[in-house]
This record gives sequence, C-alpha cells and structure tokens, in this order.
Amino acid sequence: MNPALFRLLVEATGYTVALSAVSIVAGLAVGLAVATAMLSRRRALSMPARAFVSFFRGVPLLVQLLLIYNLLPSVGIDLPGIVAAAIGLTLCTAAYQAETLRGGFAGVPRGLVEAADMVGLTPVQLFWRIRVPIAVKLTLPSLVSEAIMILKASSLVSVVGVVELTRMAQDLAASTYRPLPIYATAGALYIAVDWGIAGLGHALERRSRWGRA
Amino acid sequence: MLDPSFIVAQLPAVLGAAAVTAWIWAASAILGVAGGVGIALARRFGPRPVDLALKFSIEMVRGSPFLVQLFLLYYGGPYVGLSLDPVPAGLLALTVYGAAYYSEIIRGGFAAVPPGHVEAAACLGFTHAQTLLRVEIPEVAAVVLPALVNMTILLLKETAVLSVITVPELTMAISAIGSESYRFVEALFLLALFYWGLVEGCGVLGRFAEARLARFGVAAP
Repeated sequence: MNPALFRLLVEATGYTVALSAVSIVAGLAVGLAVATAMLSRRRALSMPARAFVSFFRGVPLLVQLLLIYNLLPSVGIDLPGIVAAAIGLTLCTAAYQAETLRGGFAGVPRGLVEAADMVGLTPVQLFWRIRVPIAVKLTLPSLVSEAIMILKASSLVSVVGVVELTRMAQDLAASTYRPLPIYATAGALYIAVDWGIAGLGHALERRSRWGRA
Repeated sequence: MLDPSFIVAQLPAVLGAAAVTAWIWAASAILGVAGGVGIALARRFGPRPVDLALKFSIEMVRGSPFLVQLFLLYYGGPYVGLSLDPVPAGLLALTVYGAAYYSEIIRGGFAAVPPGHVEAAACLGFTHAQTLLRVEIPEVAAVVLPALVNMTILLLKETAVLSVITVPELTMAISAIGSESYRFVEALFLLALFYWGLVEGCGVLGRFAEARLARFGVAAP
C-alpha cells in the first residue's frame, strides 16, 4: 500500500482513538451518575435512570446518532458533527457502563461500608472513597471490553460525516478505487488499537490489586 | 408535538421496512448460529491448522467494526469477483459477523460441560457421536442460551448499519421519512416502538426456549 495513504489512515486512527477515549471517560462519569440514580430509593430518580438505560441499550447506536444529528438542529441546537458524535457515543456507553457499575456497587462488601461509617466517614466521603473506587475496580474487565466496543462503534459516526478512520477509509477507497487494501488496513488498525486497549487493561488490573475483599 | 395521524399514514411503509429488518435478522441469526456451531465443532474436532485459521479469522471479525467489514465485502467484493446486491451482501456480512460471536459462545459452552458427564456416558457405552448428540449438545444448549439470546439482540441492532449500503430496512425507511418530513419526533417514536417490539419478541422466544431447555441444565457445582 502507498505510504501516503497509510499515513492518512494512521492519522485518522488518532481521531478515532481520541473520540473513543473522550466518550469512554465522559461515559464513565455519566454512567456513574446514572448507576447511582438507578440504585436510589427515590422513584423520581430511579425511574428516569432506568428509562435512560433501557432506551440507549435497546435502540441501535446508528439510530441514536442519526437522531442526535437530526433532532437537535430541528429544536434549534446546532452542533458540529464531531460534538454530536461524541455526545451520542457518550450517552450510549454511559447506559452500558451504568448497568455494569450497578453490578459493581452491589459487589462492594457491606462490611467495608459499615466500617467506613463507623470510623466517621461522611456519606459523600463514603461514596467517593469507598464505594466508587471498589465498584470501578470490580468492573474494570467489563470497562475494558466496553472501551473496545466503543472503539468499534465509533466507526458509525462516519455516517454523520465525522472524518475518523472509517470515513477516511471510505474517502480513500472512493478516490483510489482500491477498497480492498484500504478497508483491510482500516480493519487491521482497529484491531491494533484493540490490542493496545486490552494491554492497557491488563496493566491497570495488575496495578489495582488493592481493595481486595 | 406527536401527531398520530402522521404515524398512521406512514405505517404501511414502515411495516414493510420492519419486515425486511425482521427477516434479515432472523435469517442471519439462524445461519449465524448454524455457522457458529459448525465453527465450534470444526475447531474442536478438526486438525490443528483448521483450529488456528478459524481462531485467527474470528479474532479479525470480532476485533474490527461491522461497518468496515460491510464496506470490505460490499465495495471490495466486486474486485475479487464477488458482486452482491445490498440485501445479500448485508445478509452475508451479518451472518459471518454473528457466526464469529456465536462460535465463541458455543465454544465456551462446551468447556462448561462437566468432564464427569462425558466420562459417565463413555462408561455407559455411548459412542462418541451419541455422547455429543445426547449429552454434550443438550447441556451446551442449556448453558449458552442466555448468551445466544443476548447476541441475537445485538445482531438486531447491527441490522441498522445495513442502511448505510441502502438495504431498505427500518432505519433507512425511517430516516427517509424523517428527512422528507422533518418530523423526527414521530419518526423516533415509530422507530423505538419497532425495535423495542422486535427485542421483546426475541426475549419471549428466548424465555420459551429457556423453559424448554431447562431440563437439560447442568447443576451448579
């Protein structure tokens, strides 16, 4: 393959990685909020959170992206494509992460929570210093596979015109009439990033041996 | 904001598109499970090179985005003599994609069969084929069913991607309605309703099958 084409694809991979990284991190924050709301005893909080998770997990991401891209301008909010794409990916992964984090919160040993309460941690401290770190740690492996899912799902934002790896491959395939090597290379680049994420996940898991109960 | 008469007027077109989604989904799920079983068995009983080749291919399919695979097949296919119309191309891509994931689920199911059951069957004089058909496969089926249903629901959501290569399915029909009429609220309502209905339908079938298969279930050790 032409080195110039390859460089363009690698550069576009950078955009894909950046978009996925932003969405995963923002999705973790939103997912944490949604998981907390889901576990709330107040139905006014838990019901909307459940509806959010059910909607964003049940409707195809492509449809969500098309909706955000088309619906927001029609109510007067005009966003650049890349922002709409990041919002769509964030909301989608937030729903999945909320569901896993909910399981993670359930796995926080009661004794730890009671002990923290006994030594005088405030509820806010207890949440941020005990429950959140342990829940995130417990769900780390599924967080890593979610990151890989989002990396692959980010290919869909090409449909709303954001130039990332898949869109770049499409443009190059159209202009060079060589779709086979270009799409195959794009696929290989995605797989290379997958491996990177998996490696990072293993490293994180090794580092976070703390908090074992 | 929601205009029921608009929804009713669009229903025939949307129902047709929903039928396309449903049959492509069902066909790719059935063919995908069949392929997945085939791959899992070939990897288990075939020679080692076959196992490695399949393992590598599965890794490629599971590691790259479905959209890229679809483009590779649909736009790259003609260069190697594989010119397919959108619907067959979409069906083939979705089947291959599903088979890769299904085969991994099924492989995991075989690993979950307690060796004692296979040994017991051997002691009772079952042939290898009988052990496979009467002991292993029923137990595998019971173990993997929830994961298969899960994957089948994921497959439904991937069918939306086929709209990109102009397969006339739900997402394509509804984005067309949306962009022609600018009535995205109604379009969203319809779309959510249909996908939700299809997912629920799959869930009902899954629970029915689970109830039927429960009698083969392996007791937790």
